Amino acid sequence: MMMPQTALLVGILTPLAVACLTPFLANRPVWRDAAGPIGGVVTFIAALKVALAVQAGETPRLFVAQIADGLAIDFAVTPLGAIFGLVASGLWILAGLYSVGYMRGAKEKHQTRFAAFYAVAVHAAMAIAWSGNLLVLFVFYEILTFSTYPLVTHKESQAARDAGRLYMSILVGTSIVLLLPAVIWVWMVTGNLEFRSGGILADALDPKMAPVLLALFAFGVGKAALMPIHRWLPAAMVAPTPVSALLHAVAVVKAGVFTILTTVVYVFGIDFLSESGATTWLVWLASFTILSSSFVAITKDDIKARLAYSTISQLSYIVLGAAIASSVAVQGAALHIVMHAAGKITLFFCAGAIYVQAHLTKISELDGQGREMPWIFAAFFIGALSIIGIPPAGGSWSKFMLMVGAVDSQLYFVLAVLGLSSLLNIYYLLEPLSRGFFRPKVRDVSIESHPLVVIPPVITALLSLALFFYVDLFADLASLMVAP
Amino acid sequence: MNDGGLIGIFLQNLPVLVVVIPLLLAPILAIITAPRVAWVVSVAGVGSAFLAAILLQSITESIGRVTYHLGNWEPPWGIEFVVDSATSLTLVIMTGLAFLATLYARASLLAEIKHTDLGKCYAAWLLASGGLFGLVATGDAFNLFVFLEISALSSAILISMGAGADRRALSAGFNYLLIGAVGATFYVIGVGFVYAITGTLNIADLVTRIADLGGGAALYAGFGFMIAGIMVKAAVFPVHIWLPAAYGYAPSAVSSLLAAIATKAALYVLARLLFTLFAGVPDITELAVTYVIVPLSLAGIFVGTVMAIYEKDIKLLLAHSSVAQIGYIALGFGLASSASVAASFVHICNHALIKGGLFMAVGGFVAALSSRANLASFVGIGRRMPITATAFTVCGLSLAGLPLTAGFISKLYLVRAILAEDAYVIAALVLLSSALSLIYLWKIIEVMWMQPVPAKSPNLVENPAIYLPIWVVALANIWFGVDASWLVAASRAAAAALLGGGL
Amino acid sequence: MLMQLAAIWNYLIVILLMMIGLFLVISRANLVKKLVGLSIFQTSVFLFYITLGRVSGGTAPILTDAPDTLYSNPLPHVLILTAIVVGVATTALGLALILRIKESFGTIEEDEILAAKNESAAEDLLQAKPGAEA
Repeated sequence: MMMPQTALLVGILTPLAVACLTPFLANRPVWRDAAGPIGGVVTFIAALKVALAVQAGETPRLFVAQIADGLAIDFAVTPLGAIFGLVASGLWILAGLYSVGYMRGAKEKHQTRFAAFYAVAVHAAMAIAWSGNLLVLFVFYEILTFSTYPLVTHKESQAARDAGRLYMSILVGTSIVLLLPAVIWVWMVTGNLEFRSGGILADALDPKMAPVLLALFAFGVGKAALMPIHRWLPAAMVAPTPVSALLHAVAVVKAGVFTILTTVVYVFGIDFLSESGATTWLVWLASFTILSSSFVAITKDDIKARLAYSTISQLSYIVLGAAIASSVAVQGAALHIVMHAAGKITLFFCAGAIYVQAHLTKISELDGQGREMPWIFAAFFIGALSIIGIPPAGGSWSKFMLMVGAVDSQLYFVLAVLGLSSLLNIYYLLEPLSRGFFRPKVRDVSIESHPLVVIPPVITALLSLALFFYVDLFADLASLMVAP
Repeated sequence: MNDGGLIGIFLQNLPVLVVVIPLLLAPILAIITAPRVAWVVSVAGVGSAFLAAILLQSITESIGRVTYHLGNWEPPWGIEFVVDSATSLTLVIMTGLAFLATLYARASLLAEIKHTDLGKCYAAWLLASGGLFGLVATGDAFNLFVFLEISALSSAILISMGAGADRRALSAGFNYLLIGAVGATFYVIGVGFVYAITGTLNIADLVTRIADLGGGAALYAGFGFMIAGIMVKAAVFPVHIWLPAAYGYAPSAVSSLLAAIATKAALYVLARLLFTLFAGVPDITELAVTYVIVPLSLAGIFVGTVMAIYEKDIKLLLAHSSVAQIGYIALGFGLASSASVAASFVHICNHALIKGGLFMAVGGFVAALSSRANLASFVGIGRRMPITATAFTVCGLSLAGLPLTAGFISKLYLVRAILAEDAYVIAALVLLSSALSLIYLWKIIEVMWMQPVPAKSPNLVENPAIYLPIWVVALANIWFGVDASWLVAASRAAAAALLGGGL
Repeated sequence: MLMQLAAIWNYLIVILLMMIGLFLVISRANLVKKLVGLSIFQTSVFLFYITLGRVSGGTAPILTDAPDTLYSNPLPHVLILTAIVVGVATTALGLALILRIKESFGTIEEDEILAAKNESAAEDLLQAKPGAEA
């Protein structure tokens, strides 16, 4: 069938092809809306092929151009990249279907522009996943920021524009002022920017400078929403929910933590980091972010705002795993990319479905609505389980590995942080459910039924359950990531 | 020698033809004022200069250095033109952008200048181009002054031509003339001092004689005056004050031409003075670059960026942004390492492409809108003139330094060169200003694309004669962002030629 | 000291004219006066060069048939001829621009021109209000 290298090309180019095709399909809504999911299926098949090849030990590569010495545009799939590629492409299929239902149900305008830039963003995410060096990653990181701007400001209201400005200024500002010099620094001390297992900095960088460089990366990758670079995430919730769902639960934020994890594993090398003690401050900062954002989430009544702060918290789980920099912790972080994506996208899908069907956006309004929208609330429940980390939801695996990693590195306070965070998760995620089922209604709303917004969350909820049992492919890839 | 006839003559005399062809055609245009003819002649003139420059570049890539003795008089008594790797790279960039600007100028000038003035405008256009090319190509210090003045006077005329659309162009042209003349006179005073102590005007000869002298009050005075004079022309802070109004009120094609090539020529001369001419007195040049050039260029970067952020008129905004970009180039020269000088040359090319494209696009908008381009008139123009607006956006993103555009490559190399000198504070300042430049860019992009088209706006027609050259420049921005190998190699050769000492 | 100064009195005049010229350019508001200042400034440079070219005991650099004549250096004279031409062209262009400015603005005083320009700038922003033009 497809050679891994062809699959690589297909996986990166298909979303771009969809994006270029969409404007021409503007007058045929059905075709235009089908292009996304169909493209998603093709991309996912390619991503699967690539991932299976990586699992078998290969490294699919594609060389595009040489910009200058030491700088090349090439793609090379690492095990971590294979994981992210699967996540982005697989969830695009579902998000594509969901956004059709949502945009039609909410009667949003400019659907063609939306669909086109959505596809570009997925293309950028795939290119980030399979980038062959830090330069390519940086390039597509920026492209991702710029291509998601029209999506964030989709509604074109003053609030949307303000949110867009905050989004751009934080993400582009940090990437230019912090991430770019970090990349250049790596280029200068090693002469190249490649990803290698064990990292390229071990012999080239003075260990005393490692925390500084790490800080430049950690704060420069604004998409990872590490405090205090997190403000853009709640602000971006002004976008339509399909945007929030895919981009801010899956593609954009995952590109951020993927970048940090890739940098930790393939540029610094986890041995170099743990020996030099460069990550201790990051462990504390990530822990702080986890807890404080969970506390803020509790105070939020708006569903999407609460989910936004939950995302900030969960992203810091992955950063925490990277910071602990032990083999098990890093694998846990990689797995959490998958689990959190599946779980969070379920929650966002549900939030959007509630908005489209009942026009409700606040948790306090959800009292008693559970009986009216049982499927949605059930899906929400399973997604919540995955985020909280309770079997049989997939999230329990990644949380478990993070805890084991913490114990291995004798960071017992991290155990306390993770435990406390789970308790907070239980509170703020199960509150909407308890209100929905166990309280009398406070608002009488008519429920419009839109199957296309209900089916995807159910599917992703089932996926979260399935990931508990069928985790092998991802677990293998994660262990390959840390193999010498 | 008559081998090959006309072509042979062309090939034998390349260094001088780059300058002479535009200059000779100019007075003809002062007499034949028919606009269409004038434009064709201008395109031919600048086009042949471009061709000559390309040929020169290929020659210097193989041989390294070409000299040409005017009138067959032996230097150092006769005037010679010297073209080495740095010169040829600068010439290629300048002639190329001038060629594109000339192609673009036909439709744009038609919309902004009185029909009867067009012939004279093209005459001045050719004079300015030829003068600027000569500034770069010459190997004689006083000849440089002559070309400086030729280009200054004709540029003043070009700028004042904007009076057809806005009378402030007259005042801008007058100030440009005044300040430029003061700067040029400073330069010639400097030449006087240097001539007094060395007895020669030929740059190659001066290099050896200055190295022999090694110092002396007259030499230092000469150095100071020459650098100060060139800084005026190069619009280095704080003697840049003529630039915003000049570029802001000139006709858009003129702004495009001047922004792309005029200050670049002066910056090239500045580098020549610092690194070649006065290479024999390293103590004073080091003093100059450390305490004058670097701080002033940093100041220029921030002043330009901040002024641009608060500016509502688009052309003035772009002019302020030019001051900042000139600061980057001057900074690269100021750091005086081979990597930073090479980065400056990369940015000379990329900025010419970026600013040339941006001003061309603004000209397209102005021609269609028939009003000044400012944030108020730009509302929703993205949807009304999508082709031009997309080209503007591409060049704008290049200005901000989005990866895969030319501007990113410049920034990459500049920051790397700065970090290699362990100048971390300077690198941080450069990156900070780069992030700030995104603010004014984003203001424009937001207004163009994100705001709804106001009701009752007339339909706007996009003229292919205007947007095609703009798109060539925009695509060049992307090309040089993806495949910068030739540019980087040529810039490194230019830096080596410049710093290697000796013309 | 006085004898030394007297020996270089040419240069002192050069400096004096240079400073007067620059001062006029910067401080006068009237455009014609600025141009006059520029002219004086440029003239000082002419004097400078010619003074440089003077060889003590030398005669004017015009070829005579007498052998062994000591001439002053002719090169600065040539250079200055060029510079004078440039100066003339600059002054001519400057005056032409001043004429046009007078026609357009009605004044050649810089402060009044500045006020008129600020008015135009304010008008620009009002005029281009979207939808204001049909």
